[in-house]
Amino acid sequence: MKFRVERDVLAEAVTWVARALPSNPPVPVLAGLLLEASPDGILRLSSFDYEVSARIEVAADVADPGTVLVSGRLLADISRSLPTWPVDVATDGSRVELTCGASRFTLLTMPVDDYPSLPAMPDAAGVIAGHDLTQAVSQVTVAASRDDTRPVLTGVQAQIDGEKLTLMATDRYRLAVRTLPWRPATPGMQATALVRARTLSEVSKALGAIGDVTVALPADGAGELIGFEAGGRRTTSLLMDGEYPQVLGLFPSEHLGSAEVSTSALAEAARRVSLVAGRHAAVRLRFGDGAIVLEAGQGEDAQASEAVEAALSGDEVVLAFNPQYLLEGLSGVAGEVTRLTFTQPTKPVVISSAGEHEATFRYLVLPVRLNS
Amino acid sequence: MSRRQLDRAGEGQQRGGERGGQRVGGAGSDAGPDDDGCPILHVDMDAFYASVELIDRPDLRGLPVIVAGGGGRAVVLSATYEARRFGVHSAMPLGRARRICPQATVIHPDHSRYAEVSRGVMEIFHSITPLVEPSSLDEAFLDVSGALRRVGRPARIAQVIRDRVADEQRITCSVGVAATKFVAKLASGRAKPDGLLVVPAEHTVPYLHRLPIGALWGVGDKTEDHLRRLGLHTVADLAHTPVATLERALGAAGVQLHELSWGRDPRPVVPEQVEKSIGAEETFARDVDDPEVVGRELLRLSEKVASRLRSAGMIGRTVVIKVRFADFTTITRSRTLAEHTDVGRVVHATASSLYAGLGLDRARVRLVGVRVEGLAEAGEGHHQLAFDEREHGWRDAERAVDRAGLRFGPGAVRPASLVREEYSPHDRGT
Repeated sequence: MKFRVERDVLAEAVTWVARALPSNPPVPVLAGLLLEASPDGILRLSSFDYEVSARIEVAADVADPGTVLVSGRLLADISRSLPTWPVDVATDGSRVELTCGASRFTLLTMPVDDYPSLPAMPDAAGVIAGHDLTQAVSQVTVAASRDDTRPVLTGVQAQIDGEKLTLMATDRYRLAVRTLPWRPATPGMQATALVRARTLSEVSKALGAIGDVTVALPADGAGELIGFEAGGRRTTSLLMDGEYPQVLGLFPSEHLGSAEVSTSALAEAARRVSLVAGRHAAVRLRFGDGAIVLEAGQGEDAQASEAVEAALSGDEVVLAFNPQYLLEGLSGVAGEVTRLTFTQPTKPVVISSAGEHEATFRYLVLPVRLNS
Repeated sequence: MSRRQLDRAGEGQQRGGERGGQRVGGAGSDAGPDDDGCPILHVDMDAFYASVELIDRPDLRGLPVIVAGGGGRAVVLSATYEARRFGVHSAMPLGRARRICPQATVIHPDHSRYAEVSRGVMEIFHSITPLVEPSSLDEAFLDVSGALRRVGRPARIAQVIRDRVADEQRITCSVGVAATKFVAKLASGRAKPDGLLVVPAEHTVPYLHRLPIGALWGVGDKTEDHLRRLGLHTVADLAHTPVATLERALGAAGVQLHELSWGRDPRPVVPEQVEKSIGAEETFARDVDDPEVVGRELLRLSEKVASRLRSAGMIGRTVVIKVRFADFTTITRSRTLAEHTDVGRVVHATASSLYAGLGLDRARVRLVGVRVEGLAEAGEGHHQLAFDEREHGWRDAERAVDRAGLRFGPGAVRPASLVREEYSPHDRGT
């Protein structure tokens, strides 16, 4: 095997594939990154940790086709550090020589025959605009649980209903839901998939910037894989097991009060006031007299308060929140004006972008109950 | 005050006084003992549990009485002086106490009653000075420097305390008056029972130097053996040993003992701190290797600790378990929760998971304990609501259990797995 590839092309490709390298490989061969140079001038890089697979195809001058398996971590470190010269890679017996300008590396190879074959990509289920995907995923993954006691909650639930895709995540304390348009491969298709939030987040960041992303799901909904593909990069991931709870019904059907407030003004005030709240303490929001007054700290502790002008309806009410939950909700609001609707201090509050006829992003957050 | 006076104060208390108790000679009169520079009082109830029991059992006065817990490993918690004459002392196995004093009446402890009397006693102390440092239910150090003008000289204050405890709580106590905590505690011990001993400041050193080495604070059996092997038998011996020698033999403790032997004890009386933790532990009647039995005990202790938190109006964030094995090795494990709690369910879930995390394989367990630390006032707490939580959760349920307990006695409502077991209130609070 012998090929030449541009330094940046190699570095970017290796970085993408290295995502799926296991940090603690269950078998040594999975620490490898597979390089396949084909006669038609395509270099394919692959990695796999039994749960997630990643693959990319880039153009290369292939002088001598072949396949080789090398340490993925080492190749990633090397390709990141190379000078800006074309990179030559050639096998030499059981070793691989990598030359770039005056730099020269010799890598050991691993047995290609022992490397598992990557799972086949399921059939394409539809296409989604890359920037929509990136935004939607970042809006909902903040609400996914990081606690493994209820594994399904560490995932993002995707529901496909014809041309509408709904993503949702909850950690029992808040629920983030985003709906977005997409182009299904078959009109009127219905499907659900539960994907690990961390995987989805990485995929959407890496693929979203490229352009349209093709999503692949088993047609009958019974498979265990989901695939994403954009610009020659593809990745598959095992779907999560388990029944996702029926969470959309948690949104209250009516409310007693509402507030419309500048998204950035409220977020900045919350950030400032929560400085005195400590890691677990609450920030209190008093809705009344044309303003939301934010307060944190009490008694002999440090205290802070700030008023933010707001258009209010309903009776005066005080709601207390975990400041992080409030801020992560506000960070998902795309519009300049945020709308909050509420009923009473122990019932969930809906945060959304004001002015939308039907909100595409809704964030439901439960308040903190103060004992006093 | 002469040596003779001191001796008389310590050991030769005169009979007299309106209730037939023993009094220090001359205390209360103008020619009282020389208590200048002796602002520290150590007050110790006499045979506390037994004395409290005698309040309601006057028929037992003057007889040997033992208070002891139940169960297979019952130990003497307290004994009247009549029983002590037979050699009975606290922490002695009950079986042995019965053998050496078969005529003694054995009474089951009533901890809530002791706590109640203790509160009354501590209130008396607090009416004298805010500088009260309780070291247990039945003893405390007082610094009365600030009460001298208002109440009188230290010896007079000590007598006021003795009179009020006798009148209001109907039990007797002994008081040591000295310049330092260490000497005051020694003095109260020498004054027992129902006595008062002043160790004047300028007599502190000669007084100490006459004592056996074991009387020093911090000298237990092991250290005493060690010191005796070095040929040190009295405090005077130790006081006249070079500090460097003591430090070589005992480390930093040696330096401290040397200081004490010269009556130097800089420790101030520290008023009662806000409670730092609430806990309970249980020594099994027999060592247990059945994880289910240990699990049930963790549940009972968790419920108990949470109930105590609620009745104290406190919440805590760190759950600690303690496990002592048959060979007496003891380990503790702790976990800090996301938010404060006073819910037994939460304490138990955490304690169980800590215990499971030990990965014990039928280890023989002698004692388990559950403690909650990181306490705060309940009013300062808050609770992040969750979607899958009922509006009235376990917290409300357990509050209802508390109310039932007030009406029908503790344990009136308890988890089903604890129903068959006899409710045992004998475990020690920590």
